[in-house]
Amino acid sequence: MDIGKVRTREQIMACFKDGQTIAVGGQAGAYMPWNLLDMLEESGAKHLTIISIDATNPGFAISRLIENGQVDKMITTHIGTNPIASKLMLDGKLEIELCPMGSFMERLRCGGGGLGGVLTKTGLGTIVEEGKQIIEVKGEKYLLEEALRADVALTRARFADPLGNLAYHGTGTASHPVIATCADLSIVQCDLYCDLNELGVDQIRVPGMFVDMIYTGEQDSNRIIGRIKTAQILKEEAKNNA
Amino acid sequence: MLDNRRFIARRCAQYFHEGDVVNLGIGIPSACSDYANPTIAFQTENGLIGVGPVSKKLAICDTFQNAGGINFNPVMGASAFDTAYSFVVIRSGRMAATVLGALQVSEDGDIANWASPGRAFGMGGAMDLCNGAKKVIVAMELLAKNGDKKIVKKCSYPLTALHCVDHIVTEQCVIDVTPEGLVLREVRQGKTPEDIQAAIEPDLIIPDDWTYMEE
Repeated sequence: MDIGKVRTREQIMACFKDGQTIAVGGQAGAYMPWNLLDMLEESGAKHLTIISIDATNPGFAISRLIENGQVDKMITTHIGTNPIASKLMLDGKLEIELCPMGSFMERLRCGGGGLGGVLTKTGLGTIVEEGKQIIEVKGEKYLLEEALRADVALTRARFADPLGNLAYHGTGTASHPVIATCADLSIVQCDLYCDLNELGVDQIRVPGMFVDMIYTGEQDSNRIIGRIKTAQILKEEAKNNA
Repeated sequence: MLDNRRFIARRCAQYFHEGDVVNLGIGIPSACSDYANPTIAFQTENGLIGVGPVSKKLAICDTFQNAGGINFNPVMGASAFDTAYSFVVIRSGRMAATVLGALQVSEDGDIANWASPGRAFGMGGAMDLCNGAKKVIVAMELLAKNGDKKIVKKCSYPLTALHCVDHIVTEQCVIDVTPEGLVLREVRQGKTPEDIQAAIEPDLIIPDDWTYMEE
């Protein structure tokens, strides 16, 4: 049987190397590629540059990589939910490049789509414009935000087929379809693995050509309601039982 | 009686009109949805228009979570998209309003809300929202926890965006930012325009038709 792009935990872990730039989909600890992040942590890869919308909460996912000292630099939009990352930044132990969220997403979209960058008004007159070109178009000033690419992209999708065609659900879409396109090696954790043509052609958001590896994963952990929420629910239950 | 945060949120919600698409920041702004007309559609930056109430029990679903990671039920007519497209929505000029918190607001309508000395949390989507939304409403307490003035002549903290704020709603007053300067519109019962003037740096314009805030 041809398993297409499905790979084992060991095969995926072998892809992680020191010094890589890794883009991660998801936001605020919601619908993140938890299994893939676990593998990255377990691989022990160091001196990583992480591209992610935020630094999640302490004890979870990206924060665990930071806490383990595996991350040298983050390109992100927000670290307010993670006091550990803030402290490391102020102590000079973690380099943080902050980027407005809309520009951050466009930079990744450009990186995936063969564009050099994007012109936006966001950030004009603020610290964000420092060191960047200001370009005038039709009498209006814009900031040039340059494209961003990664070595590896870790994203999650609701559905994947053997070719790596991907479909999403609700806010589980988030940054995943964009980030899945912006790296040399695109690894996807899927909740539900489908046969070819089981997904309707109009349902597919990312064509399989962008995807290199699929992890069909540990179904139990795929079904959890996001780890933060699960932790909260368990805490509530414990309180009710007490 | 409402606490200050809910009092501010309820007043902000009065700026929304039927059919508006609105983005709410975290903190005080997130409570606005409890007081808004049901035709208002709330947007979340991660990629959905039509955020409904917080979901409970069986309805909790990991693919309906807002930008703060809170589970919600989508309302009828909701639509989902990716985060890049979500900021197309925000920058399009079609988003009616955004309500956000602030560390400082200047008399020119500049806003600073993502970093202060010795602390930086990042701008998230705030810079795009301030530049893109038709109306920028600041929801905050009048004074900082340490008593510092938050409505200032010039922001000393890193800026989020220039000349963008339209309304400032606090637990003590409502102020409009106009080309002529800051105009006092409403004052909390038991306070006077002089009290408000004393709590902010710039000179207030006090028109004859200011009113008391609804309790």
